[in-house]
Amino acid sequence: MTKPGHSFVGHSVNRVDGHAKVSGRAIYVDDISMPGMLHGRTVRSKVAHGTLKDIVFDAAFDWSDITTVTAKDITGPNFVALMEEDQPALVPMGGKIMHHDEPVALICGPDKSKVDAAMAHIDQQVDELPAVLSIDESRAANTLLYGDDNIFKAYTLEKGEGLDEAFAAADHIVEGEYFTGAQEQMYIETQGMIAHWQDESLHITGSMQCPYYIHNAMKSLFGLEDEAVVISQAVTGGGFGGKEEYPSMLAAHVALLAKKAGAPVKIIYDRSEDVAATTKRHPCLVKHRLGLNAHGEIVAADVDITFDGGAYVTLSPVVLSRGVLHSIGPYKCPTLRVVGRMMATNTPPHGAYRGFGAPQTTFAYERQIDKAARVLGMDPVEFRLRNRLNLGDETATGQILKNSVASEKVVREVMAQAEKEPPNDICMPKAVQDVKRGRGFALYYHGAGFTGSGEDRLKGRVAVAVNKQGEFEVRSASTDIGQGAFTIFTQIAATTLGVDVANVKVVQPNTKMVPDSGPTVASRTCMVVGGIVEQAANGLKEKLQAYGESKGLDCGDVLALAEAHAKDVGELAFETTYKSPPGIHFDDQTYRGDAYPCYGWAACLVDVAVDPDTYEVTVERCIHAVDVGKAVHPIIVKGQIEGGTMQALGWALWESVLYKNGKVMNPSMTDCIIPTAMEAPELETIIVEEPYPHGPHGAKGVGEIPMDGPAAAVANALQDALGKSFDVVPMLPETIAEVLKGGPA
Amino acid sequence: MKIDFTLNGEQREIDVTPMSRLLDVLRCDFELTGSKEGCGEGECGACTVFVDGKAVNSCLIPVAQMQGREVRTVESLASNEMLSDVQQALIKFGGTQCGICTPGIAMMASAALEAEPNASRARMRELMAGNLCRCTGYQLIIDAVISAAEARRRHG
Repeated sequence: MTKPGHSFVGHSVNRVDGHAKVSGRAIYVDDISMPGMLHGRTVRSKVAHGTLKDIVFDAAFDWSDITTVTAKDITGPNFVALMEEDQPALVPMGGKIMHHDEPVALICGPDKSKVDAAMAHIDQQVDELPAVLSIDESRAANTLLYGDDNIFKAYTLEKGEGLDEAFAAADHIVEGEYFTGAQEQMYIETQGMIAHWQDESLHITGSMQCPYYIHNAMKSLFGLEDEAVVISQAVTGGGFGGKEEYPSMLAAHVALLAKKAGAPVKIIYDRSEDVAATTKRHPCLVKHRLGLNAHGEIVAADVDITFDGGAYVTLSPVVLSRGVLHSIGPYKCPTLRVVGRMMATNTPPHGAYRGFGAPQTTFAYERQIDKAARVLGMDPVEFRLRNRLNLGDETATGQILKNSVASEKVVREVMAQAEKEPPNDICMPKAVQDVKRGRGFALYYHGAGFTGSGEDRLKGRVAVAVNKQGEFEVRSASTDIGQGAFTIFTQIAATTLGVDVANVKVVQPNTKMVPDSGPTVASRTCMVVGGIVEQAANGLKEKLQAYGESKGLDCGDVLALAEAHAKDVGELAFETTYKSPPGIHFDDQTYRGDAYPCYGWAACLVDVAVDPDTYEVTVERCIHAVDVGKAVHPIIVKGQIEGGTMQALGWALWESVLYKNGKVMNPSMTDCIIPTAMEAPELETIIVEEPYPHGPHGAKGVGEIPMDGPAAAVANALQDALGKSFDVVPMLPETIAEVLKGGPA
Repeated sequence: MKIDFTLNGEQREIDVTPMSRLLDVLRCDFELTGSKEGCGEGECGACTVFVDGKAVNSCLIPVAQMQGREVRTVESLASNEMLSDVQQALIKFGGTQCGICTPGIAMMASAALEAEPNASRARMRELMAGNLCRCTGYQLIIDAVISAAEARRRHG
């Protein structure tokens, strides 16, 4: 029995899901079977842009045990509700196909192999239209996909006056153009969902990040009331943003099939379908100009950002917003202008991926900062320290940093580690002659929680309860997608309640059982939702103690109070709604004010070795210091930092999504590679704790920040090694070869 | 066709299409859902099982080849409720996050430790290179496996 007052925060307790996961007992969606369950498949478009004239089901094929669904079967409004009502669940007859692999029909049946075979007997008649396949083609607007300019959304951010004069007065101007490519999340569990209907209500279980996004989309599609839609999360095999918005589409499909077939329906994407059809990180072009004075200070910045949004709006405006807000980085700059736009193309929609627009613009500004130091003849680390934001400084949006700034600490920690012996486990093979080596650095920050006033609009809710059995439950819609949400919630709740972690269970998210805590995104789960868990646990404890007092019980033993309450009265729940900390104001119209309640800070140092013949790059050392406010669970935090670091190194050097005529050409793990344990360097991870006063125990976000900076550190290291500028992600051997030849990067 | 084989120590017989993938037979016919499918082409290792003690990708193997063989799955790693040393280390060191690759990682790590109990970290990375993990960056997985190896050496 743990004494009240014991803190589990800051201790790496065993993960609550650890036993089930290592033993193979954790139940993912594909492990679930229901009586009479049918297997579904999605018929997808074969062109990037066109008009769907007809779908022909081969009359010679035996369709007797196959159910087919087309847009004609959708009785309600045919769109997947998110930000705009533009993306249909299925392309209607006569409607526009906007991208390759867009869903046009659905089939299901009891025999999986027969359903697979049936796919070859469905023909689409399409009038093909000219496709818009790049940012440039979209901006030319010869073919219009959206509005009268193909721009889904544009933002302008300005600070100070007289930008032209500031550049004219600058002693040096550094100019660069940066392109970062699409990135596949490549969660190891592909997307999957099961639906069944029972007494006019829809039940969906699957792999997801945001149960209430799906809840909302299903209510809209089928015209159902809140309680007639029940969305529950199965154990989810990774998301990284890829299971933020897309699962609503898949949910719509299984629900439509299950409704028509009158039986439960499961769809599990195979890897090729998942890579070809689901969202990826937005490709992005950044033109970045910095003005410097002779003292080595940044005096002006002019940034032009264009994202490729793909065929539908999805969440792209929010991605754009975060990209714009992060595009100056953690640096002082008195005069600046940032123009950002999100373009429509006939590519499968790009969407949420860890970092959400910030990695793209971080790559650009951290290349610029490195080039600026070179122009000035300054040490790149020294230049960063001179220009970094500190306490009391003003960000690009005019936000005064009042607390929790670790911009110097993360740099010092990295440099101190670099003085130590390298782990030396991963090196370029000794047989390689004349290896070129280089070192690169990057400094960056990441706003934690929703952008601007987002958290005020979301009003995330959590309940902490004593159930009828006298057990403590955390009821939250935040999903555990591997990041350890359930474990840290038990730590926070148990610490507040003064009970053992073993006495607290986190309810598997299910819209019938848990309130809407907001989506599991934006590095907000620990900082924002964890804070609501703490408040709700506190509220519950007070209620239990009041009950104890009224009954003359020992109010120090909360566990006993809970048992007594459950026995005598029954369940007791306390629900809390998130309130933004005081003094946080952001103007969504002018883009001025407190863009985020707080920022995490990070610095990364990368040593690369380049094979002079093959241009293969080995990352020999990667030191990453990340400020998380407070590490609620140090091992989980380390895992978050290292996983994000590796995805960033992968994006920088190996991961490439290839498109031809709007179709993904390498939709497999064999061709769309991610790093293995052999490419991964020994990661030297440093957790920095600069507490955020309004986070639970000082915690702020951690999920996304490690994704932001390592790619720029790699490019800076390559420039150090090879003396040329590397401004494109990914930096594949062929990219490096072209840059060295002096051709286009 | 009828196939006789040993599955997790028990003699089993099944009547099945010979070209069925071992992975599907394990998951669907024997309800052993611990083995996962991540790619279906032998790239990710989430479906790793032992055939006659050797780690293989069960998504690439037609079940017909299992006649008379001994198959072990992740469900056999723990004895009763007692997790193996590798499984315990994966929890302790943070080597599991989303968990979908974990059964395959646990199987491959167990095989690697049997084959090369004194493997260095760099060698262990090579041995584990057929198992993809997107969550951890591999560091904590390698920490776990190396620690299990050290513990085995300490305890003889």
